[in-house]
Amino acid sequence: MPEQFYFALEVSLNGLMAGIMYALVALGFVLIFKASGIFNYAQGVLALFAALTLVGLQNGQIPFAHLINAVFGTSLHHFGWTLPAVVAIALTAVVMTGLAILIERYILKHLVNQEPIILFMATIGLAYFLEGLGDVMWGAEIKNLDVGLPQGISETIDEVTFNWFGYGFFIDRLDIVATLVAAALVISLMLFSQFTKYGRALRAVADDHQAALSVGISLRFIWVMVWSIAGIVALVAGIMWGSKSGVQFSLSLIALKALPVLMLGGFTSIPGAIVGGLIIGMGEKLFEFFIGPMIGGATENWFAYVLALIFLVFRPQGLFGERIIERV
Amino acid sequence: MTFRLAAPAAAMLAAALATAAPAPAQDLHFPSLSYRTGPFGAGGIPFADGYSDYLTLMNERDGGIGGVPIRQTECETAYNTEKGVECYEAIKGDSPLILQPLSTGITYQLIPRVTADGIPLHTMGYGRTSAKNGAVFSHIFNYPANYWDGASIAIKHLLDINGGDLSGKKIALVYHNSAYGKEPIRTLEELSEKHGYALSLLPVDSPGQEQKSQWLQIRRDKPDYVLMWGWGVMNPVAIQEAANIRFPMENFIGVWWSGSENDVLPAGAGAHGYKSLAMHGTGMDYPVYADMKQYVIDAGKAAGAGDQVGSVLYSRGMYAAMLAVEAARKAQEIHGTAEITPAMMRDGMEALEITEERMAEIGLPNFGPAFAVSCENHGGPGRGLVQQWDATAKQWNLITDWIESDLEVIDALVAEDSAAYAAEAGITPGCN
Repeated sequence: MPEQFYFALEVSLNGLMAGIMYALVALGFVLIFKASGIFNYAQGVLALFAALTLVGLQNGQIPFAHLINAVFGTSLHHFGWTLPAVVAIALTAVVMTGLAILIERYILKHLVNQEPIILFMATIGLAYFLEGLGDVMWGAEIKNLDVGLPQGISETIDEVTFNWFGYGFFIDRLDIVATLVAAALVISLMLFSQFTKYGRALRAVADDHQAALSVGISLRFIWVMVWSIAGIVALVAGIMWGSKSGVQFSLSLIALKALPVLMLGGFTSIPGAIVGGLIIGMGEKLFEFFIGPMIGGATENWFAYVLALIFLVFRPQGLFGERIIERV
Repeated sequence: MTFRLAAPAAAMLAAALATAAPAPAQDLHFPSLSYRTGPFGAGGIPFADGYSDYLTLMNERDGGIGGVPIRQTECETAYNTEKGVECYEAIKGDSPLILQPLSTGITYQLIPRVTADGIPLHTMGYGRTSAKNGAVFSHIFNYPANYWDGASIAIKHLLDINGGDLSGKKIALVYHNSAYGKEPIRTLEELSEKHGYALSLLPVDSPGQEQKSQWLQIRRDKPDYVLMWGWGVMNPVAIQEAANIRFPMENFIGVWWSGSENDVLPAGAGAHGYKSLAMHGTGMDYPVYADMKQYVIDAGKAAGAGDQVGSVLYSRGMYAAMLAVEAARKAQEIHGTAEITPAMMRDGMEALEITEERMAEIGLPNFGPAFAVSCENHGGPGRGLVQQWDATAKQWNLITDWIESDLEVIDALVAEDSAAYAAEAGITPGCN
C-alpha cells in the first residue's frame, strides 16, 4: 500500500488520541451540566488550578509566598521538602473537594432557582477569580509537571507497524496513558452512577431536581459531590495537558478544545464526551492532513467547530444528548 | 473700541496659551505596557521585571537620569491588542518618554497613533520590521535587530554549518499563525531563491497547545532543519513534540522569542541541544548585577520575586530599559536639558550610539552589539547570536559570535514594505 495511506492512518490514530485528551476536559463540563444544568465556564480554569496546586504541593512551594513576602518583607518560597507524586495528587484531590465545598457554599447556594444564564455568568466570575487566585497562590511562572508519566514515541508500536507495513507509526506514550486513564475514568463514573447510592441520587437530580428534592435528596450535597468529581476530572486533564506543555496559564484555554466535543457529543452524556472527542480529534487531524495544505493550514481550531455545527444541524441535542421536548 | 477689547483678549489668550504649554517635567515618565496575567504572562513577567529593575537601579544608584528621577508606571495589557491600545490612550497625556509594548499586535495598532501624538515607540526584535526605515516611520524604532534579520541570521548559521551551501536542503518553518509568526516568511522565501533550499510552511493556531499534525508532517517529510517563530505555550509544546518524534534538536532553531528557559525546561532532557537566536547575552556574569543586587534586589525593591534575575527574558527587559536610558541621556545631551519631553526622547533615540566601551562602563561588556541609530536606519546593525540549550546544566550557551544578517536582501525588503506603508498612510518619506 502507498505510504500516503499509512500516513493517513497514522494521522487518524493520533487524531483519536488527541480526541481523548479533549474528552478528558469535556467530561468535567458534562458532569456539572448533567447534575445542575450549569454550563461551567470555569472548567478549564479548574484544570489549571488543579495542576498549579499539584505542582506547588509536589515541590513544597509555600502558597501565597509572594503576597506574604510583599506584606511582611519576608523571603519565603519553599517549605524545604518535596512530596511524592501520588501523595501530591491525593492532596490536590482533597483541595479540589474543599474548593467544591466553598463554591457551593459561597456561590451556588445563593443562586438556587436562578435562570441558567445567571449561573453561567457566575461561573465566568468564578473562572476569573480562580485564575487570579492561582496566580497569587502559586505564581505565574511556567512550572514543570513530572508525575512520572512516560512521553515520546512508543518504540513497540513503531517497530511492530514497521515490521507489518514497512512504515513505523508514531504514537505518543503519553497519549496511550491518557487513553487508559480516560477509559478507567469513564468506567468508574458509570459504575458510580449506576451502582452506588450517591450515584443514583446524582442521576435522580439530573432527571428532575424537584422530584429528587421531594424524596429527600440533598441538592446541596449533590452539587458539592459533582463539583468535587469535576474538580478531580479537571486534575486528571491538568496532569495530562500540563505534562505536554508545562503548567502555565494558557492551560485554561484547553476548555476551547472541549466545546466542539460537547456540541457534538451532547452536554449530558459521558459516553458522548468520549465519542465526541474521538470524532473531533480524528476529523480535525484528517482535515488538516487532506485539506489544510490547500488552504494555508492551521485549520484545526476552526474546523472542530465547523464539524460540531454540521452535527448540530442534524442533531441539535448532540449525538448522545437528551432530546428536549417542551409542550405548550 | 475694537482695539481696546482686542488687546486684553490677546493678552488673555497669550496667558492661556502659556498656561496650556507643557510644564517642565519633574520626573522622567517610563511607562511599562506589560503583561503579567493571561496565557502569555509567563513570558511577559520576566521582561517587565528586568525592565523595571534596571530603571529602579538608575533611581537608587544614580538618582535617576541626569539628576531627574524616573517615574515608572505599569499598565496590564494581557498581550491583548485592545487592552494595549486602552493603556496607550490612558497614559499618552502623561508625557510617556518611550513605549515598549512587547507585542506585535499592539505595535501595529500604535504605529499611527504614536506618530500622530509624537511619542516614540521601541519594538526591540519584534513589531513591524520595515519600521527600520526611519524616513517613513519617524517615531518607531526596532534596534538592534528585527524579524527579518532573525530569519537571515538563522539561514546564515545554517550556511556556516553546511560549508556555505544549502542547495537541496529542506527547511520547515513552524510558525505562530499570526502577524508575528508570518513576518519571516517573505524573507525566508527570498533567501530560499538565493541559496537553493526548499522551504515548507507549517502554521500553528494560537495558542499552540496541540501541534500533533504539524510534527507528524515533519516526521514524514524529514526536513533537514526546522525553524520556529513561536511565543507562549507554542514553544514548549513544539520542543516537546520535536523530542517525541526524535527530531535532532541541534537542527531545530527558534527565533529569540522561542529561546527562553520557559520554552525548554518543560521538555526536560528532551530539549538538550535545541538552538535559538539571541540578540543579547544572558546569565548573571555581568558586573551590572553587583549593583543590581546591592541597590535593587537585596534592598527589597525588585519588581518580582527575584527568581527570574539573569534569565533570558529578564535580561531582554533589562537590555530594553538600558537602551531607553541611554537614549534619554543622549536626548538630554543634545537638547541641553535634563527634563526631556517625548519629542526630545525621539531625537535621542535617533542619535543613539552604543559602543562596546559604553557597554563595559554600564556593566554589560559584550552583552549586546555596538551600533548607531540614524534617521535612515532605526533598526540597528541586524546582528544576532545563536545559543544552545544544555539540559544537564540547565543553561544557554552562546555557540557563535555575532552574525550579520544579509542586508542586501533585508534592506530591499524594508524599502519595498516601508514604501508601501508610506503610500497607504500618505507619508512623504524624508529625513531632516
